Amino acid sequence: MNQSFNYLLRRLGFYLLAAWAAVTLNFFIPRLMPGDPASIIFARFRGKLKPEAMNSLRKTFGLTDEPLIGQYWTYLKSIFQGELGTSIAYFPEPVTNVIASGLLWTIFLAGTSLIISFAIGTFLGTLIAWNRGGKLDSILPPALAFIGAFPYFWLAMVSLYFFGFKLGWFPLGHAYSDSLSPSFSFSFVISALYHATLPALTMILVSVGGWMLSMRNTMISTLGADYITFARAKGLRSRLIMFRYAARNAILPNFTGFGMALGFVLSGALLTEMIFSYPGQGYLLLQAVTSQDFPLMQGVFMTITFSILAANWFVDILILFLDPRTRN
Amino acid sequence: MKKFNNHSIISRWIKGVMANKKAVVGSSLVCFFIIISLFGQLLTKDPTAFLSTPLSPPSSEYWFGTNGQGQDVFAQTIAGGRQTLLVGFITGFLVVIIGSIIGGVSGYYGGKIDDILSLLINVFLVMPGLPLMVILASWLPPGPLTLIGVLSLTGWAWNARIIRSQMMSFKNRDFVSAAIISGERNIRIIIVEIMPRMLSLIASSFIGASIYAIGAQVALEFLGLGDVSAVTWGTNLYWASNDLALLTGSWWTFVPTGLGIAIISFALTLINFGIDEVTNPRLISERIWKEKISNINKIDGVTPVVRSNE
Repeated sequence: MNQSFNYLLRRLGFYLLAAWAAVTLNFFIPRLMPGDPASIIFARFRGKLKPEAMNSLRKTFGLTDEPLIGQYWTYLKSIFQGELGTSIAYFPEPVTNVIASGLLWTIFLAGTSLIISFAIGTFLGTLIAWNRGGKLDSILPPALAFIGAFPYFWLAMVSLYFFGFKLGWFPLGHAYSDSLSPSFSFSFVISALYHATLPALTMILVSVGGWMLSMRNTMISTLGADYITFARAKGLRSRLIMFRYAARNAILPNFTGFGMALGFVLSGALLTEMIFSYPGQGYLLLQAVTSQDFPLMQGVFMTITFSILAANWFVDILILFLDPRTRN
Repeated sequence: MKKFNNHSIISRWIKGVMANKKAVVGSSLVCFFIIISLFGQLLTKDPTAFLSTPLSPPSSEYWFGTNGQGQDVFAQTIAGGRQTLLVGFITGFLVVIIGSIIGGVSGYYGGKIDDILSLLINVFLVMPGLPLMVILASWLPPGPLTLIGVLSLTGWAWNARIIRSQMMSFKNRDFVSAAIISGERNIRIIIVEIMPRMLSLIASSFIGASIYAIGAQVALEFLGLGDVSAVTWGTNLYWASNDLALLTGSWWTFVPTGLGIAIISFALTLINFGIDEVTNPRLISERIWKEKISNINKIDGVTPVVRSNE
């Protein structure tokens, strides 16, 4: 147990380091660009921004007359205090408030689709690896690979056009009906689920193939292991061998991939949210891009990075419980 | 000592891949797209000229209709492929180069160098790609060079990780030990002895990276982070969404471009499947097994392992 504690501590150290790298990147990107960031911003916002907005912008980026190290220190301190500056698009709202309003929606949408897609994909992978060469096995992988070849957001656009606009089965955007206000009432929950269905379906459709293929590949090598042959020799029922013996061991790499996939899924979710005007991080990012709201952009980047790091650490803990080999 | 002939490995490998159905279909499609984007513009109308009523549906004159600016969508789809594919393949190439150098050095030398480099790789892997790209692209002047730079910077880590683990397994093989003992320099061992044996991995990494670069590039341009005055697949979609293609029902402004992206990505994926089938030992034995005993398809859950006498 001591060893696993050490392991988790080491992983935590790595994630803290990665967080620091993200924060530092955030600081240096504007400064490494051709020209100095203050004049880039001034040039882009000439006449569009109030002086107080300009001042807060300077403060956010630490664009003071201090030497670089001093600026960096000030910046680190303000990040540590949860200070991400003031949004330009939503002036004078602080970036943290703007982001907080969208974070829950993103977690809800991306999290649900990730879990559903993981479950379906892993199950299908188990099934087609077991019945290798069967009908499902020859149809599903190429079909899903073909769907996966479409750009994420394009598929979302087409399904919004077809199911939302043409057929009218699903709403054209937003997270809940305009006539409701957020609460835990029955009608609100139903409305939120209804609005999330189409965006979630598009995300599941493009991501399920990856889970399926990786499960299929591990499962195939697991099926060649001696303990499977032994289980068969004992005369155990097929289903028992398939799920309890083979799939249970083959699922581990998929779990490890779970943390890694979070980044991809969240990035995809950002685009999905933009198409469906879903009020999460992606929608905020799009608004930040169109109004060149640099503080908001950086805030979204950091929030997403931190959530991914946290989720990865959670997956590490989970694996420790699931896979006895990692415990020593 | 028998001199090892690298040329024969490569030609044998190419022969094997070319005998594979999936790889042939995939590479013909890719060639088709490359030829179209190189020469197709000679046969189409000017993609940037105002030609007809905006958002008119497909007709015999304008095969794919016109977009919100009254431009010919067919011409735009053909012309858009040029920059998109060029940026995609250049980025794929750069990603593989950076990934091979960092991953290769990290895997070959091991020790402290590996500790530092794999830490770097892991940090880049865990960072979310799209938001990072958005930040970088929004500070840089829009254009193809920015796209190439941003996509390479955010995409190399995955590749480096794959190359690293392959390199680590090669490092312990006998032929490498033999080369070290015979006094070859490390650089020579990496480039002359090991790299040719990693050819299929590098080739499939290049293809994978190009798929990634095409998709991510289109996404960035769709967000308006590319040069919106250029004609590329990404900006086609950007304008389609800016001109409210969805709400006016003008599907022809975004369907052709999307299909183009999907077909080229799928063709590249097919080549990768082909390479995998030719080089992955487990899949090779599966194929031989199938050829030898063709009617035994349904042995549930048995992994065929046969020795290949070829």
